[in-house]
Amino acid sequence: MAVEPPRRGARIEIKGLERSFEGPHGIVQALTGIDLTIAAGEFLCIVGPSGCGKSTLLRILAGLDRQTSGEVEIDSAGWAVENAMVFQESGLFPWMSVDENVGFGLMTRGMPSAERAPRVEAAMRLVGLSKFRHHFPHQLSGGMRQRGAIARAFVTDPSVLLMDEPFAALDAQNRTILQEELVRIWETTGKTVVYITHSIDEALFLGDRAAVMTAHPGRIKEIIDIPFPHPRNLMELSVTPTFAELKLKIWRVLEEEVNRARAGEDVA
Amino acid sequence: MSRSQAARQLRQERLLYLLSPIGLLVLWELAIRAGLGDRRFVPAPSDIAERFYLLCVSGELPWDTAVTLWRIVAGYLLGAIPGVALGLLMAMWRGVRIVVDPLIAALFPIPKLALMPLILLAFGFGETSKIVVVAIGAFFPVIVNAYAGAANIEKIYIDVAHNYGASPMVMFTRVVFFGALPLIFAGLRVALAISFIIGTAAEFVAAKSGIGYLIWSSWELLQVDAMFVGIVTIGILGVITSTLFVEVERLVIPWKAP
Repeated sequence: MAVEPPRRGARIEIKGLERSFEGPHGIVQALTGIDLTIAAGEFLCIVGPSGCGKSTLLRILAGLDRQTSGEVEIDSAGWAVENAMVFQESGLFPWMSVDENVGFGLMTRGMPSAERAPRVEAAMRLVGLSKFRHHFPHQLSGGMRQRGAIARAFVTDPSVLLMDEPFAALDAQNRTILQEELVRIWETTGKTVVYITHSIDEALFLGDRAAVMTAHPGRIKEIIDIPFPHPRNLMELSVTPTFAELKLKIWRVLEEEVNRARAGEDVA
Repeated sequence: MSRSQAARQLRQERLLYLLSPIGLLVLWELAIRAGLGDRRFVPAPSDIAERFYLLCVSGELPWDTAVTLWRIVAGYLLGAIPGVALGLLMAMWRGVRIVVDPLIAALFPIPKLALMPLILLAFGFGETSKIVVVAIGAFFPVIVNAYAGAANIEKIYIDVAHNYGASPMVMFTRVVFFGALPLIFAGLRVALAISFIIGTAAEFVAAKSGIGYLIWSSWELLQVDAMFVGIVTIGILGVITSTLFVEVERLVIPWKAP
């Protein structure tokens, strides 16, 4: 199969990013003063309590939302900037078979179907869905649908992969399996991944770094390096002292934040 | 409960469905034969069946059926297709919505048969006037449902399509259209029934052929059994088209879980 080698990930630079919404009670500052540089090929996890604006940040990176001010630079050396997003619910179109879904991002770019087929096939093999190419999404389990969504993202050969709690709705076994596969695919393709989660364990297992966000308004409070070499084994990792220390460290940041948010709610 | 048991129960239930209509016909027949009611005004089911047979053999009923079906199908398509297209456009473009929405609000509630004199004036007494009135009747439920279907597509599908670079054309033909299909079909189904109602009624007043004409002229000539034949024929056509419709829907929307 003659497909050009996958492109490397892009470097992302976010400077002074702000996002505010008009709410019923005046202007709500969703994101403020976001400064963040993500290296090419990095796996960055963004951890934060719900409502901290992490999804908004991801949607801005995806081009589905626009910042009020500030800059986002995505530099993917020589390639047109293209990102692919994986959502919490798979978002596979129920009216398309799995292979049509996986090939969607190629079809929108006007690629003829003969050219699409080998790429779609490769992407489905990558996630282990080849046997189900003619199924409709409603005939698949939640885990398989999420594999389909990942294949749909990788098939377009994006420079950035944006993932919004993609495995949050899965059961624990499926989640672990898909996490491991995601890391394997990421390692072979070298994409830049921005991965949103509210699970500290997941961030520590997957990420090169974890950006911890706080809410009201959404800010990046701390960026924590995760020193474990890949490939990682979640079970083995979770009993090491470093893992426990980091987990506690992130939790302290979040705990303070969660308590502050709760106190704020009480006052309101 | 096993699969075959469930299937048998379903069959039994379907047979039971026939019980009440057949029972009603039997009671009706017995009552007339017992001398309840004047047979000239209230024919027995056997009289209607006999007349049904005679009208079939003479070729009158098949011809009227064909004429009515042609008017209804042509009008239905003429109304439903623009209804689908315009409904989807309304959902996609605010400008279209702003222009079309008040027109729907004003025109939908008007009884379409009240427009018949106007339509006769515009299109004359020929086939066109009947087809147009059916088309107008079919148009409104379809446009309203197509718009609702397209406007209420889950946001994630729109996000995915944007994120993966869908052009407005792809968005329209591959996402919005299919996302709206289940509700479009609901609208098409309502429109089909309305087409039958309006088509037959239009033939009462403005036609010299068709089942509606058969019903009305038989009534005027006090051929009550022929009138009933017309009514029964419309009912049968309704059942056949609605069964066909369900099959078409199953073919077109295979992803809709059974």
